[in-house]
Amino acid sequence: MSLLEVKDLTVTFAGGIEAVRGVSYEVSRGEVLGIVGESGSGKSVTSLAVMGLLPENAQVSGSVKLHGRELLGMREDDLIKVRGKAISMIFQDPLSAFTPVYTIGDQIAEAVRVHQRIGKDKAARQAVELLDLVGIPHPDVRARSFPHEFSGGMRQRAMIAMAIANDPDLLICDEPTTALDVTIQAQVLEVLKTAQRETGAGIVMITHDLGVVAGMADRVLVMYAGRPVEQGPVDDIYYRPRMPYTMGLLASIPRIDGEEGPLVPIEGSPPSPRALPPGCPFAPRCPMKVDACDDEEPDLTAVGGGRQVACIRSREIEDKGLTGADVFPVPVIPADELVRVPRAERSTVLELDGLVRHYPLMKGSVFKRRVGTVYAVDGISFDIAEGETLALVGESGCGKTTTLQQIMQLEAPQDGRVVVLGKDSANLDRSARKALRRDLQIVFQDPMAALDPRMPVGDIIAEPLRAHGFPDRVDELLELVGLSPADAGRYPQHFSGGQRQRIGIARALALEPKLLVLDEPVSALDVSIQAGVINLLDSLKARLGLSYLFVAHDLAVVRHLADRVAVMYLGRIAEIGTVENVYDRPAHPYTQALLSAIPLPDPAMERSRKRILLEGDLPSPADPPSGCRFRTRCPLFARLPESQRRRCVEEEPSVVRQARDHGAACHYAEEIEVITASDDQEEK
Amino acid sequence: MGKYLLRRFAVNLILVAVAASLAYLLAASSLHPRANFAGRNPAPAVEVVDAALDDANINDKTPLLQRYGTWAAGVVHGDFGKTWEGGSVNDEMGRRIGVSLRLLFIGTVLGSALGVMVGAWAAIRQYRVSDRVIGVSSFVIMAIPVFVVATMLMIGVVGLNRAAGSTLIEYTGEYNPTLTGLDQLANRLNHLILPTISLCLGQIAYYSRIQRNMMLDVLGQDFVRTAMAKGLRRRTALFKHALRTALIPAATYFAFAFGTLLTGATFTEKIFGWHGMGAWLVDSIYTNDVNSVAAVNLFAAVCILIAGFLSDVIVAALDPRVRVS
Repeated sequence: MSLLEVKDLTVTFAGGIEAVRGVSYEVSRGEVLGIVGESGSGKSVTSLAVMGLLPENAQVSGSVKLHGRELLGMREDDLIKVRGKAISMIFQDPLSAFTPVYTIGDQIAEAVRVHQRIGKDKAARQAVELLDLVGIPHPDVRARSFPHEFSGGMRQRAMIAMAIANDPDLLICDEPTTALDVTIQAQVLEVLKTAQRETGAGIVMITHDLGVVAGMADRVLVMYAGRPVEQGPVDDIYYRPRMPYTMGLLASIPRIDGEEGPLVPIEGSPPSPRALPPGCPFAPRCPMKVDACDDEEPDLTAVGGGRQVACIRSREIEDKGLTGADVFPVPVIPADELVRVPRAERSTVLELDGLVRHYPLMKGSVFKRRVGTVYAVDGISFDIAEGETLALVGESGCGKTTTLQQIMQLEAPQDGRVVVLGKDSANLDRSARKALRRDLQIVFQDPMAALDPRMPVGDIIAEPLRAHGFPDRVDELLELVGLSPADAGRYPQHFSGGQRQRIGIARALALEPKLLVLDEPVSALDVSIQAGVINLLDSLKARLGLSYLFVAHDLAVVRHLADRVAVMYLGRIAEIGTVENVYDRPAHPYTQALLSAIPLPDPAMERSRKRILLEGDLPSPADPPSGCRFRTRCPLFARLPESQRRRCVEEEPSVVRQARDHGAACHYAEEIEVITASDDQEEK
Repeated sequence: MGKYLLRRFAVNLILVAVAASLAYLLAASSLHPRANFAGRNPAPAVEVVDAALDDANINDKTPLLQRYGTWAAGVVHGDFGKTWEGGSVNDEMGRRIGVSLRLLFIGTVLGSALGVMVGAWAAIRQYRVSDRVIGVSSFVIMAIPVFVVATMLMIGVVGLNRAAGSTLIEYTGEYNPTLTGLDQLANRLNHLILPTISLCLGQIAYYSRIQRNMMLDVLGQDFVRTAMAKGLRRRTALFKHALRTALIPAATYFAFAFGTLLTGATFTEKIFGWHGMGAWLVDSIYTNDVNSVAAVNLFAAVCILIAGFLSDVIVAALDPRVRVS
């Protein structure tokens, strides 16, 4: 008998909005089921319904059986004996998931005492043991800390400790690593695997990240518009998807081991649950759509091998062995004329030389006094040639955003130089600065926050034109980014995330800039939408001869879009060079760890991959380690003999050339390959 | 943490000094105690009037700043000066301060505690009938000035007493001096009922609105869901996790609410015939009694700043994030 059996689960919110429309799945002991889908597909609502944690205005029907016992409609008195005991849940955002006013130890001990009749001090000791189990250093001290004193990764570990406190049979993980940096994500996933080994629990893993699922799951359920559209063993889903949506999703993910070239986008955006199309909800976006698709919504039907598919053409897909790349139209991106000119002969559009930005750390309310310095950016240098994309990558807190702000300010930096199009920002007067702003534009991360909600899109795009006295060319710009001139009168809230980001790009392009700064332009978008925006950026660059400074934490996206990449760590550049050099032959231990931490959407490779796991968290930029800043977490440093370590502790490494256009800031840099090449991914 | 509170206390002390000085200067320059003698028949000699005014340091022939200097020097040594009739302000304050503090203390504790409870309950029952009733009543109460509320309560009680044929609820004065022992205590409590209600109502309405909003912010938070996912009952999760966290911002309003309470107390005392500080303020303004007005204002300033200080202490006690940094 399976551990958890969900049948025909339906969740309807007030106003008749059906968030979940008939989900069925089973989880056995020790099995990991991955539930994948984009935002709004109903995957989180499904799991909350299983826990009975939905708000009161939600109507839940169907059946949820744990060990054969029906959970839906169970009285609270009985349900509280199941929650936290038989089923535990790990939530996405570990900051808001802990009550801010109690210590971590108390909150874990509370979970223990709810279900076990033991004394307070015994529960407290158990909390410390649990924290130790999930790898929190000094657990006895840290148990007395409050949630805000924990870093994101530590909080998620503590969350896992709390979830396994009562040895649950089933763990539901709702996007457990989405809010974390990749190296921390790798650590937390490792802890989750340990937790599963310790408890032998079944896991339901909800995520939008197909890489995470590939490494964790035994079986996968793909959801779209509140319904499961495909279900099966992980290898089948990844290597032989039978539903066009799954195929598109897999084809649209940028991969760190991928080839350059356009990504496969899924046109359009997911339907609103208020206005579902007749028939198959994916039909409007499906390249394989036939008339019969509109007639009725296909049921999830078993096709053998433990697989279920909801598509009327699934047999045909199976027989012809179609993949996403075969089915979905791949846009043709014009070749960039400039690329043929050698880099040295192209002019430089942006040059940073020893840029420094320190923030004073102040204390006191009336009489402020300086108690320290945050070394946000501590001497970085790079340049961008015309027609080139340089990506600045690194984890949160490494100084990418500060660097970007320093460039956009066009003012004299605290130290070092910022030269934009040959003009030093320190020598600009007001009018020259305004004129230079025309050539330097920015696209922001959050497309909702970056557009004034009370302004029609036409006005938003026309604003820079008016400010600089340019002729109106809103229609042309809208067409340039793939929108229609008829959209000019509509407001930002009428557009989907991907369309809003296109509007942001149109606004940035209005003044025909030479350099575009892209601050995480696709990180807020779903994968299927992301591919379209990346392709757009790629083709705009070629058509308009733009140069990009691209700030991102997603190294897979960077591989697709960038020519060169600079990896930052604690305000310094760790490694810089062409994408091929840095990705295929990383020389800095940090780059190697970063690349190896990224999960690949490929189950077989994920299973065989050896990860370089980093210890601990990013040190505070207010108190960086002496010498090499990375040494406290460096796996190479840990292996070095004492005599060689001295140099790392005493001397701060600067970027040293490894090869043509490849440099690393490591005393003992050594090129190794961390992403196993996989060119047979499609044939499998 | 101790240092933080000590610093706040020092800042508060300076603020009290500034507030009291400004109040004195305003009272001394706008009240005219000389006018009290003008209507007398036979009119007293100018020298006699001057002598009486000088005795109390309220003679308008003395420069304002000089009078202020004398007054301030006295206050620093704990002497609040004389009333215009020559009595001691200190003695009068001694008689009245207990009366007011009793009302203010009960009003604050009951008002904030009940207000928080009502607000939290309304938040949990958002958009239900009970929530709407609480919401409408709060706004109605907040819209009615305290003296109207007090008068209406009084009229109601008079009607009730008449219907019952005996005095169920006392509606004027502090106590019945003819009673002794336990009867006296019971009678004092009975006299407290109406003034307390009229003071508390506004406070409850105010706190319930704030607490409802704070609670609603917290109810949607993930940590309440986490608490329930652990296996806590909804009620326990709401009480132990949601309410506890939602109390922090409400505590910062404590100082503000006390200001309105103090104003309300002035009217309440006057209407119910309590001889407290508020009633004294109104009487002293009528009689151009500069030193008494200044003393009452000093008392009010001290009260408000104590409330502010208490609210800092409460926030620090409730919120570990304040404590740690």
